[in-house]
Amino acid sequence: MYAFKYHQPKTVRQAANLLAKFPEAKVLAGGHSLIPVMKLRLASPSDIVDINKVEGLSGVEVKGRSVVIGAMTRHFEVAGSQTLKDVLPALAGVPGSIGDPHVRHRGTIGGSVANNDPNADYPAACLGLGATIITNKRRIASDDFFTGMFSTALAPDEIIVKISFPVAKKAAYQKFKHPASGFALVGVFVSKRGPDIRVAVTGAGSNGVFRVTSFEEALKKRFSPKSIEGMTVTAEGLNTDIHASAEYRAHLIGVLARRALAAA
Amino acid sequence: MPVVSMTVNGKAVSADVDIRTLLVQYLRESLRLTGTHVGCDTSQCGACVIHLDGKAVKSCTTLAVQCEGSNVLTIEGLAAPDGPLHPMQEAFRENHGLQCGFCTPGMVMAAVDMVNRKGNELDEHTIRQELDGNLCRCTGYHNIVKSIAAGAKAMKGSSQAA
Repeated sequence: MYAFKYHQPKTVRQAANLLAKFPEAKVLAGGHSLIPVMKLRLASPSDIVDINKVEGLSGVEVKGRSVVIGAMTRHFEVAGSQTLKDVLPALAGVPGSIGDPHVRHRGTIGGSVANNDPNADYPAACLGLGATIITNKRRIASDDFFTGMFSTALAPDEIIVKISFPVAKKAAYQKFKHPASGFALVGVFVSKRGPDIRVAVTGAGSNGVFRVTSFEEALKKRFSPKSIEGMTVTAEGLNTDIHASAEYRAHLIGVLARRALAAA
Repeated sequence: MPVVSMTVNGKAVSADVDIRTLLVQYLRESLRLTGTHVGCDTSQCGACVIHLDGKAVKSCTTLAVQCEGSNVLTIEGLAAPDGPLHPMQEAFRENHGLQCGFCTPGMVMAAVDMVNRKGNELDEHTIRQELDGNLCRCTGYHNIVKSIAAGAKAMKGSSQAA
């Protein structure tokens, strides 16, 4: 990897100041997306702002009708949180399918959401539950947060501090796992919270995670796999790569949405 | 170049390193602990697995400087240099849980971590699931799975359990 300067701030404010000062800096959270791309020389940040020593960015807690997860909470901790399993099991099940045990010991929810990899699981969970991304500056609705492949609404000196997930009465995530990488070839997160119905898809869209509004409309009558029986999504705007064609991904969206609805 | 200090296998160590040094390079090149291997170098194969503050991680995907003040356990630290093997190492020997041996240090460290998290009674399905992050190109995993099940049982009550 190329050389960089290393900073280890103790507070979010210090971290944000460093990001403001060095426009080519990158935040290092769990490092399991950033370090591999730096090793491949696909990324060459001038400065690394390592937030692993910043206090208070980790943990899972219930606040009213939401679950709030600290940005630096590792996948392993989220998956093992009894609190989360009790109140929102669909979300607790998401990190257990990311990477492998060693990756889950390091990878963080904030890192995954900020990176917005088009095949990542957490963006689907955020959009599928209508989560709020809380940064050092503001609160951002997930509908406004994910702006495209590897791109988000975060300003250069903005850092995710925590993510607040409303507790949905019904929710489930179904994922067609790429057998080698474990990434979602397609993943669908569905939820129902009062009148708010969400169907969010990862792994398929050429602009990253997105909602399937036609399914959401059909599910308003009844939140059941039957309501979207026979419905399809267009392959237009979906990814084709060596693993799957856009048509196959479109097909999987319907299949996985129905499976998720059956499981919710 | 900064001095990076940590505890490795119970001993305080420090070395002058370039800031971009990976933990696995620090262990192998600065400390000459070459039991930890580099297989794929792309965070997939698990040959570089060590325990960082008690948890299995891929040392090829962690900067040495991030581990300042941390406690690291490598394959060399599992058993005393002149003492008997750690029960998990012994189980790999007994069950012939390797062929070329390149992946073995990572397999053993992952296996001990598995026992730490999941206990001493591990069924085949659990072991295979949990071995997701460790690749072996020789064995077909059969004997590795057998070794881990036996080693997990043998670690029960053993004073050497890591």
